Parts: sequence; structure tokens; C-alpha cells
Amino acid sequence: MIEVRGVTKRFKDTVAVDDLSFDVKPGQVTGFLGPNGSGKSTTMRIIMGLDAADAGTATVNGRNFHDLPLPLREVGALLEARAIHPGRSAYNHLWYLARSNDIPSSRVSEVLDLVGLEKVARKRAGKFSLGMGQRLGIAAALLGDPEVVLFDEPVNGLDPEGILWVRNLLKGLASEGRTVFVSSHLMSEMALTADQLVVIGKGRLISAGSTAEFIAESSSQFVRVRSPEIGRLEELLRAKGAVVRREADGALAVSALSAPDIGDLAGTNGIFLHELATQSASLEEAFMELTRDSVEFHAESFPLHEPVPATGSAPLEEM
Amino acid sequence: MTVAVPTHSALPPVEGRRVRVPSVLASEWIKMRSVRSTGWSIFAMTLITLGVAVIAGITVTHQWNTFSLPDKLTFDPTGLSLRGLLFSELVIGVLGVLVISAEYGTVTIRATLSAIPHRPLVLTAKAVVFGALAVVVGEVLSFGAFFLCQVLLSSPAPHATLSQPGVLRAVVGGGLLVPVFGLFALGIGAIVRHTAGAITAYVGAFLVLPLIIEALPSSIGHPVLKFMPFVIINAMTSTGRSFDIGPTFSPWVGFGVMSAYAAAALLIGGWLMVRRDA
Repeated sequence: MIEVRGVTKRFKDTVAVDDLSFDVKPGQVTGFLGPNGSGKSTTMRIIMGLDAADAGTATVNGRNFHDLPLPLREVGALLEARAIHPGRSAYNHLWYLARSNDIPSSRVSEVLDLVGLEKVARKRAGKFSLGMGQRLGIAAALLGDPEVVLFDEPVNGLDPEGILWVRNLLKGLASEGRTVFVSSHLMSEMALTADQLVVIGKGRLISAGSTAEFIAESSSQFVRVRSPEIGRLEELLRAKGAVVRREADGALAVSALSAPDIGDLAGTNGIFLHELATQSASLEEAFMELTRDSVEFHAESFPLHEPVPATGSAPLEEM
Repeated sequence: MTVAVPTHSALPPVEGRRVRVPSVLASEWIKMRSVRSTGWSIFAMTLITLGVAVIAGITVTHQWNTFSLPDKLTFDPTGLSLRGLLFSELVIGVLGVLVISAEYGTVTIRATLSAIPHRPLVLTAKAVVFGALAVVVGEVLSFGAFFLCQVLLSSPAPHATLSQPGVLRAVVGGGLLVPVFGLFALGIGAIVRHTAGAITAYVGAFLVLPLIIEALPSSIGHPVLKFMPFVIINAMTSTGRSFDIGPTFSPWVGFGVMSAYAAAALLIGGWLMVRRDA
């Protein structure tokens, strides 16, 4: 269980985390979603007691991180890919961590097997790929068999096989009753793994709840309609309270009215339909729409690596 | 690689247990011996410190007859044998900086502090483990350099024995300065956190500061010079007054001054470590 209450963190003039509150519950994967620079990593560092919050509290199993008597046994974290001395072997990296918390060396071999690094365990980690570094970070997080795990962008740098492995690992950990908190800037990734979502933008909470709810609320559907009598149909639809917008090709994008209702309406009024199709905005579009304000704020001061593409023609409901 | 889901491991129960000091010390020792810089630094110190002792012993023996009378009268075979220690004090400082700056540079400090949240404990453990290693290295090199050089110094050149006044103090004290310099550097590393910056600061205090002070008018420079690490080493490792560069502290007072520098650097470093985000 992780509880974040009113956490605020400032870096000079920037507010990285702004009065953020949420819970991460055991037995499920909770996704921590937000654009780059939205304060996800800072929040995770505050939970792990590495950064001090300017206001608010973050607790793990009801306690401040600094009050955990044997931290590795209660919470494990992957915060930084390749956070390892390039001259030290993977085995020794894990062994020094294990030793400090009285974890036997047999457990080091166990987690190395688990992440598939047993063959390179004695090699210097400087030669590791980003993906191997991620695996080592995951091994370190699992070292103390902790009830709570935090992973900051764990699939970065992994190949498709590795991504699948991480997804299964996260679900496996949650099914064992652990608290699993995993950050990502990719909505599509979270849709596949997370049961719960904490969505932030600009350091502020945008939404917290189940992934299914989030998808249902944010991925708005609309119905595409084409007809030779499009003008008359549009008037009728508006009269019925539908939200209607003209597409570039002359079709209508209708929301707040279902396809059967539109078809019935056209039929009773003797209007022929040439197209009647329900369309969904992609999840990624929904997420971008939701966090648009925060992304644009950041894009002015810190340009993103990838420009945010303009959202498609899909009209989205206000959240 | 296969898809694996972890099983609960058979680890001992957490109840009633906490992070223990001996375990943190053991953890630091694993860290220190699992990087190559430790071995290479000690190798370099050994090579130069013993090498200088050997070369000095042979050279002085061969050239003794060309020495002037004042040179012969002030000749200090102990100080001669320990001259290479100066290099060891420099190298131990680089190693001391790396003990902490490498953790910040590679971000492993976050892994370390995720296992041991008590930051002063982490810095103290580093100081104890690194200090202990440096005591052993310092004493072995100091005695090694002394005996090697004295064996090589042969007639007509005089050699020293441990029973002569001040000799044991110079050899033991010279070796003990190695950990003190190392801990001073560790403190600087904790303050600066960046390897290059911390090493520059250490070398600056060690070599550049004395040069600046010597360049000052002697009325200003002389009273300050005895506080310089460089001068403190010379006072400790010589038995006579062969380094007559002005007023110096007595060997053990100098040792105390140097220890105070190290303690101050470590205290400031520890205080900053607690205050700053990792």
C-alpha cells in the first residue's frame, strides 16, 4: 500500500509535483501515467525517500520510507535504468544491496535467474545494453521479496519479448497480492497492464480510478453518417439533441446519439443513408487530449523529443 | 528468455529486525572491493612509494661522496625513505573521492539509499571501511618503504633504525596520514559529489594552495604555511630539520590539524547529504 497525500515538490521556480494525492492498493497493477516531465519520477523518488517533499506525505505500508526498519524487504524500486557502476558485475551490484539488509546470497542468484541475467552475472555491467540494465534494475527491486514494488518506465529499451516479459511479471506480482506501481508515458502500454490508473499532468492529478472506467470515459465514440440529404438529416439530429460536426469529406460526425437511433430517425423521415458507422477515438488520442494542457505548458519551456501530433478528427467529450 | 513469474522466496521474517551496522559495513566492503579503481590505486601507490624508496636508497649510496658537508650533516635517511608517501597521499585522495562520487556519478547512490535510508550511516560506513583499508595500506607502505630504503643505504651513507629518536614516529605517523588524507578527500567527495570537481578541489588543497601561499609576502604566508597538508606530511615523515621552510607544527599537532580538516569535511559532507535530494 502506498499513500500519497498532498505532496508538493518545487525545483527552483518550477513546481514539479503540485498537491498530489492518491493511493496505490495491493493485489493490482496501478499505472502511473503522464507525459514526459509531468512529475512521475519525482513522485516516485519522494515515495522512496530520495527527494524530500516541500509539503505533504508519502507512506509505504503506513510508514514514511525513512522509518522502514529493513527497507528492501518492504519496498523495491527500479528508478533509473543502468544505475550501476560500469566496473562492477551484476552479481556484486545485487550482493552489496542484499548484504546491507541481511538478505542471503542465494536470493541474489534467484533474482538473477528470474530476470534472465544468470549467464552475464559475473561480467562488468558497463557492457550491458539498456534492456539488460532494466532487467538488473528489476532484479534489484525484487531482491528483498518486497510487498510493494515501484517501476519507473520499466519497458524503456526492451525488445518486444522483454516488454511482454515485463507485462507478465507485473501481473504476476500483483496476483501474488503485492502492490505494483508502474509509470509510463504510453497510454497503450498501461491499457494492457494496469488495473488502476493514476493520471497526472504538470504535477497535478488529472484522474485516478480503474483503467476500464478511464477508457470508457475518455475514449469517446461517435457515429459517422453519410446521406444524399445530409442537410435535412443534420437539422433533425440537432433537434434530437445530438452533437453534430461536418467532416472534411461531407460526412457527419455525430455524438450523443447511437447508431440505431440515428438509423431509426433517418428511416422515419424517409432519408436514405449511405454510411452509418460507429467509430472510436484511440486510447492514445484520448490520453493526449486529456493531458494536452500540461504537455503544451511543458513544450514551451522544455521541447519534447517527439512533437505531439495534432489529435485526429475525433471529437472528444469533456472530462 | 523465458517468461517467469516470481515465487515467494524463503527469506527470514522481517519482524523485529532492522538494518544492522555490521551489515552496512560489509555492504560497503563489497562495493569497495568489487570495482577495479580500488586495486589499481593501491597498486599505483605501492609501485611509486616503494619505487621511490628503492631508487633513493641506491642513488644516495652511490653519490654520498659527492654530497657537501652540510648535506651530509642534515641527511635524514628516514625522511628520504618516506618521500614516496607523498604520492600515496595524493592517490588515496583520488580513491577517497571516488568512494562516494562514483555512487553519485552512476546514480547507484539511489539504490544504496533505497536499502539504507539513514544517510549519515552510509557515509560513516564508507569512512570506516575505507579508513581501515587506508590504515593497512599506509602502514604497510610506510614500513615497506622504510626497510627497503635502509637495506639499500650502505656505507659510506648512514642508514636509520627504528630505535633511533623520531624514526618510529615518522614511519608510523607517515603511514597514519594516508587514511587521514583519504578521509579528508572522502569528505570533499561528499560535499562536491562530482568526481572531477572533487579531485580538483583535493589536489588544489594539496598542491596548489601551498604554491599560492609561498608566492605571498612572507609576513602573510609564513604563519599560514604550517597549516598546509604538504607541510604537515614533511614534518611527520622527517626526523630532523631537513625541511626548513619556516615554522611548522610538531608532527602530532600537525596530525591533529590534518585530522580536524578530515573531520570537518566529513561533517559538512554528511550534513549536505541529509539536506540534499539524492
